[in-house]
Amino acid sequence: MSDRKRLLTPYLFVLPNVLIFLIFVVFPAIYGLVLSFTKWDVISDPVFVGLKNYISIFSSESFWDTTRKTFIYVFAVVPWTFVTSLALALLLDMKIRLRSVMRALFYIPSMLSAVVIGVSWRWILGDNFGVINYLLERAGFKSVGWLTTPSWTMFVVILVSVWARAGYYMVIFLAGLQSISSVYYEAARIDGASVWQQFWQITLPLLKPTSLVVVVLTGIEAFKVFDLIVVMTTGGPGKATTFLVQDIYRWAFERGDLGYASAMSVVLLLILGLLTAVQFGIAERGGNAYE
Amino acid sequence: MNKWSKRLAELSGLLLALVFVIPVLWVVLSSFKSGYEIFAWPPTFLPENPNLGNYVQALKKSNFGLYFANSFYVSTLSTMLTLVINSMAGYALAKFSFRGNRLIFFSFIATLMIPLQVILVPIFLVVKSLGLYNSLWGVIIPPAATPTGVFLVRQYMITIPDEIMESARMDGASEWKIFWIVMMPLAKPVLTALTIFSFMWRWNDFLWPFIVIGTQRKYTIQVAIANFVGQFSVDWNSLLAISVLAMVPMLIVFLIFQRHFMKGIALSGLKM
Repeated sequence: MSDRKRLLTPYLFVLPNVLIFLIFVVFPAIYGLVLSFTKWDVISDPVFVGLKNYISIFSSESFWDTTRKTFIYVFAVVPWTFVTSLALALLLDMKIRLRSVMRALFYIPSMLSAVVIGVSWRWILGDNFGVINYLLERAGFKSVGWLTTPSWTMFVVILVSVWARAGYYMVIFLAGLQSISSVYYEAARIDGASVWQQFWQITLPLLKPTSLVVVVLTGIEAFKVFDLIVVMTTGGPGKATTFLVQDIYRWAFERGDLGYASAMSVVLLLILGLLTAVQFGIAERGGNAYE
Repeated sequence: MNKWSKRLAELSGLLLALVFVIPVLWVVLSSFKSGYEIFAWPPTFLPENPNLGNYVQALKKSNFGLYFANSFYVSTLSTMLTLVINSMAGYALAKFSFRGNRLIFFSFIATLMIPLQVILVPIFLVVKSLGLYNSLWGVIIPPAATPTGVFLVRQYMITIPDEIMESARMDGASEWKIFWIVMMPLAKPVLTALTIFSFMWRWNDFLWPFIVIGTQRKYTIQVAIANFVGQFSVDWNSLLAISVLAMVPMLIVFLIFQRHFMKGIALSGLKM
């Protein structure tokens, strides 16, 4: 085989994947950035308007309201998913009976689509027909408008998001836990460290790389939440659970303001990038858990 | 650890397992209850006389059979495409040193940071101008180039010794043959994991088909369910039956391939 052909080989192999990436990720990302500086209603031609979309976004009360709610959601979902999935992983890491059965059961919600999960919880939390309200009434409490009272809706949307993903991150934590050498624990026991001390002094520091991955992934996932919300609450009641992606969708496909929607997308992308950078920054500064 | 704390851990594990399973179980049980029984107050736990009435009604009343067929079609073809192009890319990145190798690899990983959600508008325009709007190909092709897949295949193929390729080259095998006949069979474990993941991603996908598909006849099952919920008065009997049907393929795949799932997640999560 000629050398030239040999040189070309790897490029031909990566080509299909690269091509799809260029057409459906890289180009749209740039295109979206360009569109964010235009006014465009699809029917007439796009008009360059400079920073006008960004100015109206940042001076729009509804944008700040949506952003605030999105942050409340994200900053509740991330720590709760973290704690829940770590707790599940720690539990399974103890050599208890039935652990493989438990692991499978914890994981089941992670297998299901957000749409199906949304439908299921809508059924369970229904005001007049939901089983949760029935159980509350039986226990002597008043039934709750889970999906019709703004603060309760935010609460259950967060709860369901954690429920749906904890099993997945549990598996990642479990792999992290199993990679910690038992030598550390043996040494700690000889020194008389309690289980609690072992957790704070050994487990948590050595889990740092895994923890970082989990925080970054849950953070990105929470910021881009859409399917679950659309099905479970349609963003309501009112706009109580309308988060950024759904708002972008509405601006683009319901109001037909593509420039404004694109500018909002760029803002969301910047938030995502910034938070990830901050998380990695914090992790770097915190010492050398990366062995 | 002493015996008592172990028992306590087991007990709390079982209680937690119930928290994760009972909601799903409740939906499944409800789907087998007849017309009025699902709204009975007090509710029954087990169906009084379990029957498939809701399923029959749901499939008869609307096009859910078609939506399932669409979902199977999309998930299968997209998964096949993913397997071929992701392994090609993963193979090249693992086994060839060439200009741009690292750049391409890190760009793939970086695109994880540009989810579909932040490029909704331009994606829609691109899909439309390529003539893929309202075509199932528009749901099959774009999501097939998964960064996770490239990553998994690359990491696996790095562990396969170069000598195997070299000796095939000595024997005069073409580069394509080396990849397809020699390397692919050796990568079977990672390809199995990727097949399962890809099928699950595509089966559960909502946003892609939601953006690309405009007419009901081309809905995938997820879009159809979401659309069904959005209607003014929800027909819970049919909705629950359809939702359970949409769960079934995933639960079967999970029961058969559980180990691959756990391994695959651990790999893609840890090394990222």
